[in-house]
Amino acid sequence: MAGLSYFFEDFTPGRSFPLPQRLVPAEEIVEFAAEFDPQPMHLSEEAGRASILGGLSASGWHTSSIFMRMMFDGWLSASASEGSPGVEFMEWRKPVLAGDTLSGRSTVIESRILRSKPGIGMVKFLHEVENHRGDLVMRGENPIMIRLRSPAPAQERQA
Amino acid sequence: MRLIELSPPGRKVVTGTLLFTAKDIVRFARKYDPQPFHVDPEAARSYVFGGLCASGWHTCAGWMKTYIAYWDAEVARLASENLVPPKLGPSAGFKKLQWLKPVYAGDSITYSVEVTGSRPLMSRPGTFINTTVNDGVNQNGEAVMRYEGTILEFA
Repeated sequence: MAGLSYFFEDFTPGRSFPLPQRLVPAEEIVEFAAEFDPQPMHLSEEAGRASILGGLSASGWHTSSIFMRMMFDGWLSASASEGSPGVEFMEWRKPVLAGDTLSGRSTVIESRILRSKPGIGMVKFLHEVENHRGDLVMRGENPIMIRLRSPAPAQERQA
Repeated sequence: MRLIELSPPGRKVVTGTLLFTAKDIVRFARKYDPQPFHVDPEAARSYVFGGLCASGWHTCAGWMKTYIAYWDAEVARLASENLVPPKLGPSAGFKKLQWLKPVYAGDSITYSVEVTGSRPLMSRPGTFINTTVNDGVNQNGEAVMRYEGTILEFA
């Protein structure tokens, strides 16, 4: 646990954490889809072009999984994260096509100390992922549990 | 045939069961979610979850896997009865995803789908957005995952 850069106290509302660039190769789109989402537009360029997605495109769950890895590499692995209870919403706004390079950011919306779990706070994020053409391809909000650097005195605790 | 006719609200359809082996959990997590509790059984003991467990995204991808297998079989069944299967398209996302309990190595998750509604998409005539509630339950009957999904349909 030593060497962590970000604790609950560092996630102040409005602060943004970049998500690093990530190439999405055709082979990876097909590999993920073959195991989890074997629909034609995720398996071949030809079928993708014939669909409303316009080309070989990643399964939405693949896009979300790639976003997860970008978040891990970008800041989560350097944080005192204790996992997440879920995702309030996630929009797959545009197709993620083979050869796209994604990037983005996680922005803190709000944070509160948890009364039910001593020493842990809940931080709510807005996550945005764009392609290299500048289109927003994914957007979502989710809360993540993060340990406090120094547990707050009782009188400062919030709900 | 519309999806809402095939699967009216109130009818929960079991799509399949998926076993989460330690090997599968680690293989997925190394690529997409290498937090210690998803890749290292020893390290996992010192976290809140207490043992090696699947990435929440792996649990969700498992729902998709069983859904596609179910749907492909359903399309074949309808065709064999000379019925026209609903023409389904991609999903625009989801909401209210809850990871209710960890999915531990060795767990078998049984997934289901229930269509909850359908409305025309104003921006694209002849297209509908169906809403669903999707669940995953482990071998002990405990809910591990739930979310509200959307499925595009071309009439």
